[in-house]
Amino acid sequence: MSQERIDEAITREYAAGFHTAIEADTLPPGLSEETVRFISARKNEPDWMLEWRLEALRAWQQMPEPQWAHVDFPKIDFQSISYFSRPKSMEERPKSLDEVDPELLATYAKLGIPLHEQEMLAGVAVDVVFDSVSVTTTFRQKLAEAGVLFCSISEAIQEYPDLVRKYLGTVVPRKDNYFAALNSAVFSDGSFVYIPKGVRCPMELSTYFRINEANTGQFERTLIVADEASHVSYLEGCTAPMRDENQLHAAVVELVALDDAEIKYSTVQNWYPGDAEGKGGIYNFVTKRGLAHRNSKIAWTQVETGSAITWKYPSCILRGDNSVGEFYSVALTNNRQQADTGTKMIHLGKNTRSTIISKGISAGHSSNAYRGLVRISPTASGARNYTQCDSLLIGDVSAAHTFPYIECKQPDAVIEHEATTSKVSEDQLYLCQQRGLDEEKAVSMIVNGFCKEVFRELPMEFAVEAGKLLEVSLEGAVG
Amino acid sequence: MLKIKELHANVDNKPILKGIDLEIKAGEVHAIMGPNGSGKSTLGHVLSGRPGYEVTAGSVEFLGKDLLAMDTEERAHLGLFLAFQYPVEIPGVSNMEFLKAAVDAVRESRELDALDTVTFMKQAREACSAVDLDQAFLKRGVNEGFSGGEKKRNELLQMILLQPTLCVMDETDSGLDIDALQVVAKGVNDLRNSERSFLLVTHYQRLLNFIEPDHVHVLSAGRIVRSGDKSLALELEDKGYGWLVDEVA
Repeated sequence: MSQERIDEAITREYAAGFHTAIEADTLPPGLSEETVRFISARKNEPDWMLEWRLEALRAWQQMPEPQWAHVDFPKIDFQSISYFSRPKSMEERPKSLDEVDPELLATYAKLGIPLHEQEMLAGVAVDVVFDSVSVTTTFRQKLAEAGVLFCSISEAIQEYPDLVRKYLGTVVPRKDNYFAALNSAVFSDGSFVYIPKGVRCPMELSTYFRINEANTGQFERTLIVADEASHVSYLEGCTAPMRDENQLHAAVVELVALDDAEIKYSTVQNWYPGDAEGKGGIYNFVTKRGLAHRNSKIAWTQVETGSAITWKYPSCILRGDNSVGEFYSVALTNNRQQADTGTKMIHLGKNTRSTIISKGISAGHSSNAYRGLVRISPTASGARNYTQCDSLLIGDVSAAHTFPYIECKQPDAVIEHEATTSKVSEDQLYLCQQRGLDEEKAVSMIVNGFCKEVFRELPMEFAVEAGKLLEVSLEGAVG
Repeated sequence: MLKIKELHANVDNKPILKGIDLEIKAGEVHAIMGPNGSGKSTLGHVLSGRPGYEVTAGSVEFLGKDLLAMDTEERAHLGLFLAFQYPVEIPGVSNMEFLKAAVDAVRESRELDALDTVTFMKQAREACSAVDLDQAFLKRGVNEGFSGGEKKRNELLQMILLQPTLCVMDETDSGLDIDALQVVAKGVNDLRNSERSFLLVTHYQRLLNFIEPDHVHVLSAGRIVRSGDKSLALELEDKGYGWLVDEVA
């Protein structure tokens, strides 16, 4: 491909990179006990919640920043970040979509999430988190009829305090890691889902996250509890405006699948990746973990194309006997992006099974690492794991790394690990072009083929979206 | 249809083609024969615009247009098809998806609407039976795990669906058993008409027993050293290439 076309592709703008002019109520930068008290007070939280946050903050202040990931970035000044921002018009929460600031709704329309339309057509219930505050939850009524609770975590703290108190921090403890502790102290909003016993959630649940304000960190907290023999499929999507400075996103997601329950959690992550020289972009430092009880199943599917740095390991603790954990991942990096992502499968129960399918695609000057842990504890007799890690390189200056950790303390466990590294070959491109396909279409087709095993795990409409997202992210990636 | 004049080309800065002159008229079948390393395959790749194959002199006119000025895909849009000697695999991309994308791309370049899926499927199934390939191959990854013979038949399948104007077949006969060879030959013969031309690159006269060429050329050290009718192929079968190469030298 010619240098011109590479240049053209590099200068292509990030499609979701607009900023919406909405008056915001933003806390000045800085992090102290006062900050935490302010956030908690603004949300009218009960005392136990404030105490919970403060303990997390104290723990965080004692913790060193982790250095082990295969990523490289300047030290973050946590005092220069604002920990709370919300659109001003949210002072009084809207009662229905009609009362939501039209500018906000227009933002989501730009992102391709026409809420009204989705209400009518898609059958997807959407919770939207804009900067720090959850703006609206569609379909509330219909879900309530099924007994499903789907609201922002702030509301849940007010309305379902017992449920929140019972499960919050049980899967990802406050002191779990540096960024989880930070999140526990300052989380501003996020989603809460509860599926009652035996209920199959009647629709896909979905959250869209958007960081709008400059210098704001986003710390959302998601808690999904699937009670016995229930079933839910949940999708999150993420975008941010283009900014020259880096923005921090440190989320925590906790999933609890009680006996015989099933949770499918899909992510299409397209945070702003920074420009071609690596200026700006989101630091995506996220802790996601699910706890699987007896006969339950947790499946993570992620398509990661955004963020300057991704540091993320959606994991499963397979505590209950016969529980199942799955991880399907496509991580694509281009330009100067860095990703260190993978999963942890912790086998505790008997006959627990896990599957890991990871597809890493590196283009430009990017670096893409898979880091995964499979741990079979002595109690996990009959445990089984299958891991497949494939890396695809595009161009000759990108990098792919694989760091698989396997700890097995149970002699009858079966663990399989397969790994491949390949390049989009000139011969493949030539074949496609000889048959009349242009280069971009050819690359996108080859990459989509490479990702097929993961895409087919996504809900149908998002599989299409993910394919398109890859196409956009890859434009001009071939040298 | 195709006029090659004084064509010189390098691969890795090494001259391979050293002045080729060849004219192919509509409806003709030309066979290019010659010893290993004579530049036969290079000629096919230069015509189709493979990256890294550098034309240093000469011209090629295809359907009245300057072929060498076009991108690889533009040449394909114009109706140039290359059946590969070693077709590559594209894992995960189904044959069907690939074929449809290729047919759509060619149609789009000619400002035709994309074929609807039902029509295309029907054509694809018919093409499968024409090349004696089970329809299950349409669902498999492009050439993924195909045997040598299956790959070659898959090339022919693509040729049938794309309906090219000029088919360059690069040693399509190599590695085929006699049955597969007959399938390929029948496929080619069925495609022959007054509008469509073929350039068959081959080592052996065997293929020409089944596909009767109008012209036979012998390529040696990057030049056409002898042209004739099909009897030339028989003569080569008898005497080998040595006498021609010596004669030229």
